[in-house]
Amino acid sequence: MKAAILVFPGINRERDMARALKLISGNEPAMVWHAETSLPAGTDLVVVPGGFSYGDYLRCGAIAARAPVMDAVRDYAAKGGLVLGVCNGFQILCESGLLPGVLMRNAQLKFICRDVHLRVERSDTPFTRGYNAGQVIRVPVAHGEGNYEADEETIKRLEGEGRVLYRYCSADGVVDESHNINGAAHSIAGLVNDNGNVLGMMPHPENHVEDIMGCTDGRGLFAGLVQHLEKAA
Amino acid sequence: MFLRTANPAESLESMKNEPKITSELVAAHGLKPDEYERILKLIGREPTFTELGIFSAMWNEHCSYKSSRIHLRGLPTKAPWVIQGPGENAGVIDIGDGQAVVFKMESHNHPSYIEPYQGATTGVGGILRDVFTMGARPIACLNALSFGAPEHARTRHLVSGVVAGVGGYGNSFGVPTVGGQVRFHTRYDGNILVNAMAVGLADADKIFYAAASGVNMPIVYLGSKTGRDGIHGASMASAEFDDKSEEKRPTVQVGDPFAEKLLLEACLEIMDKGCVIAIQDMGAAGLTCSAVEMGAKGDLGVDLDLDAVPTRETGMSAYEMMLSESQERMLMVLKPEKEKEAEAIFKKWGLDFAVVGYTTPSKRFVVKYGGDVMADLPIKELGDEAPLYDRPHVAATALPIVHAREVSAPIGVGAALEKLIGTPDMCSKRWVWEQYDHVILGNTMQRPGGDAAVVRVQDGPKGLALTVDVTPRYCEADPFEGGKQAVAEAWRNITAVGGKPLAITDNLNFGNPERPEIMGQFVGCLKGISEACRTLDFPVVSGNVSLYNETNGRAILPTPSIGGVGLLDDFTKSASLAFKADGEAILLIGETHGWLGQSVYLRDICGREEGAPPPVDLAAEKRNGDCVRGMIHAGTATAAHDLSDGGLLVALAEMATASGIGAKLLAAPAALVPHAYWFGEDQARYLVTVPEVEAGRVLAKMRGCEVPCLRIGTTGGDAIAIAGEAPVAIDTLRASFERWLPEYMSGTVA
Repeated sequence: MKAAILVFPGINRERDMARALKLISGNEPAMVWHAETSLPAGTDLVVVPGGFSYGDYLRCGAIAARAPVMDAVRDYAAKGGLVLGVCNGFQILCESGLLPGVLMRNAQLKFICRDVHLRVERSDTPFTRGYNAGQVIRVPVAHGEGNYEADEETIKRLEGEGRVLYRYCSADGVVDESHNINGAAHSIAGLVNDNGNVLGMMPHPENHVEDIMGCTDGRGLFAGLVQHLEKAA
Repeated sequence: MFLRTANPAESLESMKNEPKITSELVAAHGLKPDEYERILKLIGREPTFTELGIFSAMWNEHCSYKSSRIHLRGLPTKAPWVIQGPGENAGVIDIGDGQAVVFKMESHNHPSYIEPYQGATTGVGGILRDVFTMGARPIACLNALSFGAPEHARTRHLVSGVVAGVGGYGNSFGVPTVGGQVRFHTRYDGNILVNAMAVGLADADKIFYAAASGVNMPIVYLGSKTGRDGIHGASMASAEFDDKSEEKRPTVQVGDPFAEKLLLEACLEIMDKGCVIAIQDMGAAGLTCSAVEMGAKGDLGVDLDLDAVPTRETGMSAYEMMLSESQERMLMVLKPEKEKEAEAIFKKWGLDFAVVGYTTPSKRFVVKYGGDVMADLPIKELGDEAPLYDRPHVAATALPIVHAREVSAPIGVGAALEKLIGTPDMCSKRWVWEQYDHVILGNTMQRPGGDAAVVRVQDGPKGLALTVDVTPRYCEADPFEGGKQAVAEAWRNITAVGGKPLAITDNLNFGNPERPEIMGQFVGCLKGISEACRTLDFPVVSGNVSLYNETNGRAILPTPSIGGVGLLDDFTKSASLAFKADGEAILLIGETHGWLGQSVYLRDICGREEGAPPPVDLAAEKRNGDCVRGMIHAGTATAAHDLSDGGLLVALAEMATASGIGAKLLAAPAALVPHAYWFGEDQARYLVTVPEVEAGRVLAKMRGCEVPCLRIGTTGGDAIAIAGEAPVAIDTLRASFERWLPEYMSGTVA
């Protein structure tokens, strides 16, 4: 795996992400500054990490989406390259047009940091092949704006095309409003673009990859990506 | 232009635009007539308006510690592992392997009452800056929050704003907020406390200090631009509140965590590149305090050219620039040959960078603006000659001991437990800490809700145990014992997770020091803190004093918050409070007399806030604590929890609710009043669980080292079942524990 992590001013989970990728793939990811106009040669995964790019001023992800490096990311994604956006990264991908919809303020109007359960909706994608379909994983969330919304038609398409990969649920996999921690449409926690090569998700799998954290449910996502890339190579 | 020494008399004469100095103007600057006399004597002439502002900033309580300094000298500040004690931006301790921990706690009380969100954010921002100014990357934040009674009209608004503010800054900056305290008491109705602590990690040989060195070195201004916000913030923090305090809203600063994050990265980068000689953050009294400190500590003068200061408003006067408390700003002395390199780094991060002055050999603090010399003062004396008061103090009258036999139980033990665990002070603070990102950086091994947070140091195996604690009602009832208890409890919290307690930071919040009874509380608490620190080998390495915490003549409870840092050599050898398995032996370590005076049982169940607080036997603390830590390191203790508010049964309920595993308990010993046994707050105690097969051996061993240890029951079941009492289901306890705060904040209860 040759991952590139984008670094915008105000991003703050790039170290967490780099540590997880190194731990699972064995390779140190490249850190790519927002002002760059190209990605390192041979990049096979672009990661847009969490944080508060540009302070989340104006609108979460709106300024970062217009950074020079994002043109390179758009080109890379258009050619089928894998892109993973987590938390602020998800917001940036939505703002940059790589993913549909928008992340609004949490329904309860507060920042929320806690472990949540996610149901993995299918296992036949690069971003979920480390899990079984229907498997429930536990990972933390830490966001104030994770309430996914899109127009009715878009949601219908996302569901119809099976593009929702992760959904908030109970510990035993029940999806209902009481476990929908931020009010997201259809309890959507993570989704892919129409090509299936760009994933955006609010929760932080990178914070649950070590035994000593008491939970390693986040590993599957990265391990699946490593497998996918090895197979492709 | 900076090397030319202006003729002060001539230049100072020429300032026509500044207001004339009158006794009213002097008083409005918070300077007493005798303090003004001191200024006249020191400089031999009438000060300019800008100079008056500088004196008021340097000589207020917040910056000069004029009422407290004399007593702070008695605190133990040394140990072989202390690299830097009080007097710098933050304290520094050695944790081995070339690593150092940098930490401090500071209050932001008055601003948070006036404007809770911004007051809290800038409190967090200020303390983070103190830590990274010394070259450390912040790895954790904690806080201690004291609010008024829940039924007070402003409390809900203040809780909501302060919590959002603490989270808003820390979350965006990217540091986990891992622990803290939240309390409610009517004595904070008009004056809440917001105490924020930050902890950072640095290389022990790369600590940066404030003292400038070398003549004619460039002094560089970094960070955000200067505006009119926060002018006289430090002076406000040094005055009592009254009904007109709302009018002080414009003196509250506004925080920008994004700017601070950039400042952090830029500062660490230029430090790493070896560009920095000295660095000081602009906190209280902004440019004035930082520039004077850098010069005075380095035995150098400072020439400042205010025309070079980046401003975000037009037409700012010298006075305003010198007193602005705009946030996210730094002052540095750079190596001249590295100036270009440093500037490029700051430009990369989009931050302002301006050479605003030079060091001089004159030991004078000279401020120039628009060609005029606006201030020309002796730099050492600005700090050293600040007034120092030994204010009169009277010791509080000792309160009578409340004997357990004189306290009848209004309700049964089970009902009392269910009620206590759901009171505002004792209930779960999940509603608060879920608004703080406590997992970022991927090192939080024990999250909020335990005795102490455990944070891994980089990739391990070391960990830090971090806590904040104080019991203000004990301090009010007996300042000396209360001071001891605050330190002992912080020490105990660290011990209960397996950490070796290393050092503390103290944040001393008190009322008006001009009242002898308040000064008596301060002196008493400090003596208690000193004694505990000395006996427990737990020195004070940094701190902050916040006085004048009163409104309309009513003072807060004396609240010396203690932030403790401990070290785990191997974080896998730590303990948490949750029960681990059914059928394990529950051991009570430490002596139980059933002390009900000042207990939450007496207050919240019997409605009596009275009596002497539990005495603290520091030798027993040390003996018992060392023993518990040994059991954790040996892997014998499967769970551990220190006993504090609510005593034995509340601690036990916390261990049960955290795990979902219940306990079967023996009846209270016949020699003790049952409710005093279950809820008394005797100190130096812990609960630990050990596997059944180990129980006999552990009990024998404890007897051997003269540590009181009693088998009180066995884990298991889904309730807390005391022999002879109706069992209380864990689900019931958990519901009570989790209910109050969310309901209160949603407005469904008072």
